[in-house]
Amino acid sequence: MPEPLLSIEGLDAHYGDFQALYGLLMQVAQGEVTAVIGANGAGKTTLMRSVSGLIRNQPQAIRFKGQPIGDLRADQVAALGIALVPEGRLLFPSLSVEENLIIGGQLGRPGPWNLPRLYDLFPILRERRHVPATELSGGQQQMVAIGRALMSNPDLLMMDEISLGLAPVVIKSIYEALPGIVGEGLTAIVVEQDIAKALSVSSRVTCLQEGRVSLSGASAEVTRDAISRAYFGV
Amino acid sequence: MTRLSVSRQTRLSNIAMLALAVTLLLLAAAPWWAGRAELRLLGEIFLYMSLATLWNLLAGYAGLVSVGQQAFVGLGGYMLFAATLLWGVHPLMALPLAMVAGALVSAPVALLIFRLRGAYFAIGTWVVAEVFRLSFAQLSALGGGSGISLAPAIVKQLASGRSAREALLYWLALGLAVLVVGAVFAFLRSRRGVALTAIRDNELAARSLGIDVWRTKFTVYVVTAALTTLTGALIFLQKLRISPDAAFSANDWTAFVIFIVVIGGIGTIEGPIIGTLIYFALRETMADLGAAYLIALGAVAIVIMLVAPQGVWGLIRGKAGHELFPLSRRVRGLIEKGN
Amino acid sequence: MDWVNAVVQGTLLGGLYAMFAAGLSLIFGVMRLVNIAHGDLIVLSAYVALSGAMLLGVSPFVVLILAVPVMAAFGYLLQRLVLNRTMGDDILPPLLVTFGLSVIIQNALLAAYSADPQKLQAGDIETAAFAIGPITVGVMPVIVFATAVAVIAGLQWVFYHTALGRAFRATSDRQDIAQLMGLNRAHVFGLAMALSMAVTAVAGVFLGMRTSFDPAIGGSRLIFGFEAVIIGGLGNLWGTLAGGVILGVAQTLGAKLHPGFQVLAGHVVFLFILAVRPRGLFPRIDG
Repeated sequence: MPEPLLSIEGLDAHYGDFQALYGLLMQVAQGEVTAVIGANGAGKTTLMRSVSGLIRNQPQAIRFKGQPIGDLRADQVAALGIALVPEGRLLFPSLSVEENLIIGGQLGRPGPWNLPRLYDLFPILRERRHVPATELSGGQQQMVAIGRALMSNPDLLMMDEISLGLAPVVIKSIYEALPGIVGEGLTAIVVEQDIAKALSVSSRVTCLQEGRVSLSGASAEVTRDAISRAYFGV
Repeated sequence: MTRLSVSRQTRLSNIAMLALAVTLLLLAAAPWWAGRAELRLLGEIFLYMSLATLWNLLAGYAGLVSVGQQAFVGLGGYMLFAATLLWGVHPLMALPLAMVAGALVSAPVALLIFRLRGAYFAIGTWVVAEVFRLSFAQLSALGGGSGISLAPAIVKQLASGRSAREALLYWLALGLAVLVVGAVFAFLRSRRGVALTAIRDNELAARSLGIDVWRTKFTVYVVTAALTTLTGALIFLQKLRISPDAAFSANDWTAFVIFIVVIGGIGTIEGPIIGTLIYFALRETMADLGAAYLIALGAVAIVIMLVAPQGVWGLIRGKAGHELFPLSRRVRGLIEKGN
Repeated sequence: MDWVNAVVQGTLLGGLYAMFAAGLSLIFGVMRLVNIAHGDLIVLSAYVALSGAMLLGVSPFVVLILAVPVMAAFGYLLQRLVLNRTMGDDILPPLLVTFGLSVIIQNALLAAYSADPQKLQAGDIETAAFAIGPITVGVMPVIVFATAVAVIAGLQWVFYHTALGRAFRATSDRQDIAQLMGLNRAHVFGLAMALSMAVTAVAGVFLGMRTSFDPAIGGSRLIFGFEAVIIGGLGNLWGTLAGGVILGVAQTLGAKLHPGFQVLAGHVVFLFILAVRPRGLFPRIDG
């Protein structure tokens, strides 16, 4: 059994004074797409921020490619090959669309993703590349945010609620692009409020409930009942 | 079933207030047991304690960090000299006059500089102090750039006999310190004071509770300016001579004051008092003043800001939040855990 | 014609003030930090150049080339070792720490060099002048102004056309997310301070060539820089140049009225603009 790409064990993460995660246990194998679902406040975003290094934790609580990374700074984690598309997109308003993408590639990690390829994936961005990024529509900004993360050619891509605040039609078109993103064996974690969408793109699903894992299984096999119970903790 | 009650007093604060009362009685009697030099030193301590308490109210509670309070110290000094030398006012009457002048001048100043925020506000206060300094240097009636001395005749109006005068100036300084600390204490216990603490902790939340942030800060600025001006008048009544550079010295009236408050503990009533005592203890024991002393002070203040931003008093009181001056309301009668 | 001459001189003086201000403006833009010791660092640069010129026996222009990297390195270390620890939401720590720094620098210079006024000797070029029509214009003031324009143009270029500038803008926008891009915030802030110090070094050397200086004048240089920034508007470097020019002209016109009015006139114009246009003339960001 090959070592999991990402291994989380005994993660106690805090959000200010408030403890958000309690001894979290989770593993992500190479090439897998794992969906993380759960109600608001279940700890999904705290989990994302912990793995990406925005929240510092115990070193051994999070291991990536076998290395302890729990206490590393976010820029160090990024250099190791973990990229986060943060909740709310959070583009840089002072930078144009193209500059946002270029700065995503700041690290210069080798890999298949570059500007021309991103513009092929999201053609609308090529037309608007010199516009200040935050002047775009919500859906277009989401494309920029995803592109920005891809530009670092990560080994693990994490997407936190990419459908938040977007119209269903837009969400649909973004999710249609996902196979093109993860198709080449990119390992991904997708945090989603929309359970159906989450299950449709992932091979495994993990449900969080009040800071703990309440369900973990293959997306194709879990039942609605099991998810309901795990989601609401009943 | 224990009854719950809310009170401000703790055993510690009761003891402290008692000790304070006794100390004040002793200090009031100082002209009889202290020598001339000691009396002067005590007077200086009280004046700096007043300046420090006022600066702390402004910066530590209202969040208005001023590096230009020397504007009002100098204004107070010049108002005293103008009132006595030019308008024939009795020096004791000139003191409250100076205070009123400080309040009147500070209002339009506040209107101007409140347009700036944070560190830019701080530099703005400095500009105002510079404007005052340069303007007063133009007044030849008050000695222009080189300054002027207080005529002996005016000094004699205070009291006949040197020891009587020195006792009077001492009591004025002691009285001022009691007035300033007492006023700040009373203010912080009042509704306005609680509003101020709320603003300091979270301005947005305070605003949403209906607290008029601008008005509260404006009031604090004007009152602080008035009392600082009064302190300045008393300072220069003691010095008997004034010049623009001495009156508006950033070193004397801002740098030392800031260091006192930072080292003592910003944002508490006890902090400035303790800081003043530490500062004077250091000053009296260090043989040479001047550049090395200021460098040491600056370095200590930086280290404290980085390592122990709550200052000496903050270190002493620890997480328990002990108070000598009863400010916070606590719930009494709670059953302790584990009982 | 005297008045036209005063306006021209004031404009050129404004170039120096703009250089005082550019370093201040830069770090505020990137880190929202206002460095109270900024003026004293300008004076420190002048003293560094003084010692350099004495040690090496060369002209201040040559020493400038050495002073810039020296001050830049100093700025980087200062930021990483001391100032980075003050960054956060609370305004008190950076204010009080830079204030303490200001006092330390002033008194250290006093102890090392005494309070005697010093000057950087640049030779004949200090008095060289040429005529534009009926007005006589000094060569040095023109060099200073041209340098100011070049410095600001250079900073603009760095900000908008280089990876470093992108890093500055991104970190200034969202510190956290910039880290996700692999940018070490502590390092980016250090580089911003280093760049600011490089500009400050240039300003300090030109200050030292123009007038005599002593350890105590740092405060007023900070104030002039600050006034130029506020008049011009926050977040706009070309605005800062305009602010510097307005301040310079206000001062020289004030001096024409009465020699003692020079600095006061500048303050009055500043306060007036603060009253009627609190955000400055060409603001781009809020304070």
